[in-house]
Amino acid sequence: MDLSYTDEQRDLRESLATFFSKESTPERVRAAEPFGFDPELWNKIAAMGLPSMAVPHDLGGGGAGLLDLVLTAEEFGRRIPPAPLIESAVATNLLGRLGGAGATATAGELLAEAVAGDSLITMALEPLRAGVAQLAPAGAVADAVLAMEGDELVAFRSGVGPRSPLEVPPNLGTSPLADRGAGIDERVVLASGPGARAAYHRARQEWQVLMAAALVGLAQTALDMGSAYAQQRQAFGVLIAWFQTVQHRLADAVTDLEGARLLTYEAGWSADDGSAHASTLASMAFLFTSQVAFRITAESLHVHGGYGYTLEYDIQLFFRRAKAWPLAIGDPRDGYQDLAAGLFEHEER
Amino acid sequence: MDFVTVDDLAEHRQGAQSWLDTHVRPEWADEQYRSGTHHTDALHQQLARDGILGAGWPAEYGGSDTDPDFARAVLDAVAGSGLYGDGWATTNMVIRTIRHSGTEAQKRAVIAGALRGEILIALGYSEPDSGSDVAAAKTRAVRDGDEWVIDGQKMFTSTAQSCSHVFVLARTNTDVPKHKGLTMFLVPTDAPGFELQPIYTLGGQRTNATFYSDLRVPDSLRIGGIDEGWRVMRVALVFERGGGRVSAGPTLAEKAAAWAMSTERADGSTYYDDPVNRERLARIAVEGEVGRLLELRVRWMNATGELPGLEGSMAKLFNSEAAQRHYGELVDMLGSAGALQPGADRAPLNGDLEAHFRSTVVGTIYGGASEIQRDIIAQGRLGLPKNRPQN
Repeated sequence: MDLSYTDEQRDLRESLATFFSKESTPERVRAAEPFGFDPELWNKIAAMGLPSMAVPHDLGGGGAGLLDLVLTAEEFGRRIPPAPLIESAVATNLLGRLGGAGATATAGELLAEAVAGDSLITMALEPLRAGVAQLAPAGAVADAVLAMEGDELVAFRSGVGPRSPLEVPPNLGTSPLADRGAGIDERVVLASGPGARAAYHRARQEWQVLMAAALVGLAQTALDMGSAYAQQRQAFGVLIAWFQTVQHRLADAVTDLEGARLLTYEAGWSADDGSAHASTLASMAFLFTSQVAFRITAESLHVHGGYGYTLEYDIQLFFRRAKAWPLAIGDPRDGYQDLAAGLFEHEER
Repeated sequence: MDFVTVDDLAEHRQGAQSWLDTHVRPEWADEQYRSGTHHTDALHQQLARDGILGAGWPAEYGGSDTDPDFARAVLDAVAGSGLYGDGWATTNMVIRTIRHSGTEAQKRAVIAGALRGEILIALGYSEPDSGSDVAAAKTRAVRDGDEWVIDGQKMFTSTAQSCSHVFVLARTNTDVPKHKGLTMFLVPTDAPGFELQPIYTLGGQRTNATFYSDLRVPDSLRIGGIDEGWRVMRVALVFERGGGRVSAGPTLAEKAAAWAMSTERADGSTYYDDPVNRERLARIAVEGEVGRLLELRVRWMNATGELPGLEGSMAKLFNSEAAQRHYGELVDMLGSAGALQPGADRAPLNGDLEAHFRSTVVGTIYGGASEIQRDIIAQGRLGLPKNRPQN
């Protein structure tokens, strides 16, 4: 075991921390609300090649591993940028993996566009309803939405894209969600059969790991905000940080957070390593981190007292997203059922 | 970064198992359970004779040439067979502390004696009026020529009934702030003026109250400088909290799930068929993995030469709190049978879950209660201010 970052990983973290803190200030995040998408920021992210950084070199990507994407998603989450990096990275990786699954020409074209930074691709995480990907993440701004329908991996395309978005229903995370599919888009088959299904499953697993990483970053910033506020706010003549009830909430928060980070790194590492546990670790990291991140933002908001409830203070930006982002894949209770099957039922196979 | 946890003892597992088969008697575990004494002297003496206790220690302090990895594998196998070795655990903490803070003569005498199995040391920190606030100890030690006269009482001096010494935290100066007037002594349990009374606990373990009246110890049994006991003890506490112990083999969730899959309820379905139980087991597995990683981080830091104080506190806090939740949930899952104790005919998993439900209660109390760990974490990791009266 080695928990240290390599020099490359350290450089990656530092340069992304600088980029996101400069380009995704709280003012910029607020300016993009309620739509939840900043086209200029998206263009920069795409131009840096972040969505395709884990696509193999020979397909035009950055050739990085999932663990590198995990570190990227963590820095992304710290500044909650209004741009769908997680979904686009996962969808682009999925396209890159279709080569051996009898992919159609469209799959190759989409991949080329995504790698060039010309197209925003996202994916539906929940099953379709009557051919529609309901509330697809980044569906309002995506040039293409990937979805699994029966045995077919399909892309939904119309004229929708970053420059011609759909209307966004008001939502907790101020995310550019929208329905895509039957009645809205053209449906193009990208691949079919077990290979397509496996690739889609792998993409959902990657989304869980990267969402966990983004939530680790988000929760870290929220915790830092709560801890800083507690050290400037006075009550009863002392800093509220002095009170043990305040300290202990935050001590539990940072302990859970560091555990969540270790679990998320382990999930990213095990996917790169081809471990048989990669799938269950992805789901563990997602379920634990989404629960913990929400609790941390809630604790931090609470430490802010009445100000935490106002829209003026930034903690609400993190609180809302911590609850809303993980909902894209459905009720966590279903996630626990799948996890139990993955963990305990293998012996019966 | 990598998360490979190779079993670095793999080549010794079989040898350790043979050692166990040769030397360990099956009735020892039952004896420990019945008596509550988590130490078996016959086993301890065998470990000493075979150089297992002395493995890895320098020869001048009585170290043996037994392979340290083989020794760890044997101790692992002993623990895995359900036998406690609390006497060695506390002794090992104290001799590691002595190696750090003791005199050369103490290292030669005490460490060597412990490795030969002749010296066994219990911890004497807590008192009737002080537990987590350990520096508030009132037991006095007053200098008289080359000796010290000790008067006072210690609580939870576990395994003292089997020990030759108690590692006693005593007050040697009342004119300075509480942390600055403490000194550590190694008190022989056969010294006149030493007495003990058994105390029985919810988890089944027997512990003790120990009494010290006009008890004389030579200055040569003082460990560390006069009034420097706090510094000495903090080293010992790091060894206590930050062990980085990670058990191999099936996890609690896996063991419970295997039972739940193979056990029918009144309606013919299995416990595992119930989605509520599946979620319970999955949640326990997730927290179990987080706890394992927090412990592995401590172990990794130890291996790289760092002193994992904060990280040890985090691992201890998370795992002790989680263990109580987990056994509580699993006892619930069993319904009325969850109340059956070891020895009851129909007790699921031999009453193991019920027994752990009781014994894990102490995890959030001993070695610094969860509140102490949270203070350490909030102040050390988040930079929040000291919040207790500083005296």
